Amino acid sequence: MKQVTLVMGVVGADVHAVGNKILNFVFTEAGFKVVNLGVMVTQKEFVEAAIEAAADAIIVSSLYGHGEIDCKGLRDKCDEAGLKNIKLYAGGNLVIGKVSFEEVEARYKEMGFDRVYPPGTDPKTAIEHIKQDFGM
Amino acid sequence: MKVLLCDVGSTYTKLTAVDIKASKIIGIAKSYTTIEEDVTIGYNKALKLLEEKIAGNYGIFNIKFSKKLCASSAAGGLKIVSSGLVPDLTAKASRLAAASAGGKIIKTYSYELTESDARAIEASKPDIILLSGGIDGGNKDVLLHNATLVSKISGNFHTIIAGNKSAKDDISNIFEALNKESPIDDMESHRFDRQFKSPKNKIAKNIVFTENVMPEFGVLNIEPVKEVIRNIFIKNIIAAKGLNNIQKIMDMEIIPTPLAVLEAFEILGQSIGELMAYDLGGATTDVYSIADGNPKGEDCFMNGLPEPYSKRTVEGDLGMRYSMEALLEQINVPNFIKEYSLDEADYYEWVNICKEYKGNLPIARFEKYHPIDEAIAAEAVKISTNRHVGVKKKVMTLAGEAFLQEGKDLTGVKYLIGSGGAIVNSKNPKKILQNAIYTPADLELLKPLKPKILLDKQNCICAMGLLSRIDSKLAVKLMKENFKEV
Repeated sequence: MKQVTLVMGVVGADVHAVGNKILNFVFTEAGFKVVNLGVMVTQKEFVEAAIEAAADAIIVSSLYGHGEIDCKGLRDKCDEAGLKNIKLYAGGNLVIGKVSFEEVEARYKEMGFDRVYPPGTDPKTAIEHIKQDFGM
Repeated sequence: MKVLLCDVGSTYTKLTAVDIKASKIIGIAKSYTTIEEDVTIGYNKALKLLEEKIAGNYGIFNIKFSKKLCASSAAGGLKIVSSGLVPDLTAKASRLAAASAGGKIIKTYSYELTESDARAIEASKPDIILLSGGIDGGNKDVLLHNATLVSKISGNFHTIIAGNKSAKDDISNIFEALNKESPIDDMESHRFDRQFKSPKNKIAKNIVFTENVMPEFGVLNIEPVKEVIRNIFIKNIIAAKGLNNIQKIMDMEIIPTPLAVLEAFEILGQSIGELMAYDLGGATTDVYSIADGNPKGEDCFMNGLPEPYSKRTVEGDLGMRYSMEALLEQINVPNFIKEYSLDEADYYEWVNICKEYKGNLPIARFEKYHPIDEAIAAEAVKISTNRHVGVKKKVMTLAGEAFLQEGKDLTGVKYLIGSGGAIVNSKNPKKILQNAIYTPADLELLKPLKPKILLDKQNCICAMGLLSRIDSKLAVKLMKENFKEV
């Protein structure tokens, strides 16, 4: 069976590197091919890396609260670049202020994300979802 | 021991004689290149002139050279078309690889080639088509598509595949299917170097597979491609360019001139510190940087593809003669005339003269227009520098101000070196090269801040690159002596 390729990184002007390293480790351990772009990743980089890697999914992390602005339009850029069926996942402190997770999830799904995760999610949950989504 | 260093250029064949024991250049002579007829005619003429000079200056008659080395950029140089997938990633990597192998890059394509691209490539008669795209295990559709199109292009060129290794078998099959009849001779002798005969085009299809220019995301891997290009040049292109006769006289294989130049700057950089260099020619502007270019400071993060320590860029649309029109298209003429205090009528006269004469312009006869030519050269330096150096953008993070850098940080470069006729023969070489230095108007560009400016007065850089293959210490010593600060 084809290995699932993930492009991952921390979006925007966000320098939180620790979670990124942990996710890189656990996703690789789980058997995925991981292209890790690190911190301070622009939408353009996510898209370009996904093209070169023929990625199956883009995993966007954001911890500093500006994720909503940083993620807006990512789905459009993917569509524009011919990445029609790519899955988009987002996780972290995704919005500013006291907003319920249901509300956050709805906003991100509206933006074209397939799955959204609140802070403190066990990486195992995401791994299970990825496996489900790609029929593993 | 005396060695002879030969540079067969598109216009001149230039010879430099070096006395290794005495550690000095004992003579330089040149004559017109005669590649159409027989390249050795021009070579022998230059050699005779050189021998006369040496006899006159040193009283050495019938000089014998214990080693003869040659570089060439004649017959159009090593013409390469490169292509990749994303412009800033594999397409850029393929261009960097071709440039650092000494190629003259005709054009770099990205994404899927179209039929009209293929026709344009065919018309440009390249020596090599370099195809890349996709990291290993990544996208292979585009590389496959492009290889399929290229397999239908006719012409005497070599195709190099340096992309996603997963595409190799499919591409190999395409070429094999095209050439079912009979693979020519040395198919078995090189594992990755297969030569096929195409029944359709009646021209051998040469294809070489090598390592991916970007095997993993963000990893630049250009050495294997460089090596393949070097081998193709030696095995096939020397003969195809009519250099066989001169190859027989030489003691080492002929190399592309830009490769000799890059090697010279590399060893010089090791000795004097980080540098940038310029070679302004009639058709292209070549820029070299020998510097690590890494971000300075902990608050600066690297973005995009890492670039090589020794970087060469070739700008085919920034030339002083053949590609002058393309260069002028990028200049805002009214501003340009004002900035350099030029006479508008003279400017247009000069542009017309250049259009008419192209390569064979007796520049000395047109003294009135020298300031205009210098101003154009200065613009070529400015534009080519802006393309070569990296950029650094300020971003605000919660942890305060931070920077994102793309490309090389060349602010700390210690020397700018000018080479090539347009700079060296100018009355104001400093004025031309100063355009490479950072000014506040450059904003985010990482251009050199306070470099010293050196001039390769004798135009000996290519010879020094060749010499470095025999005695690199001496080559460095001679460059230090001959490059004058201006």
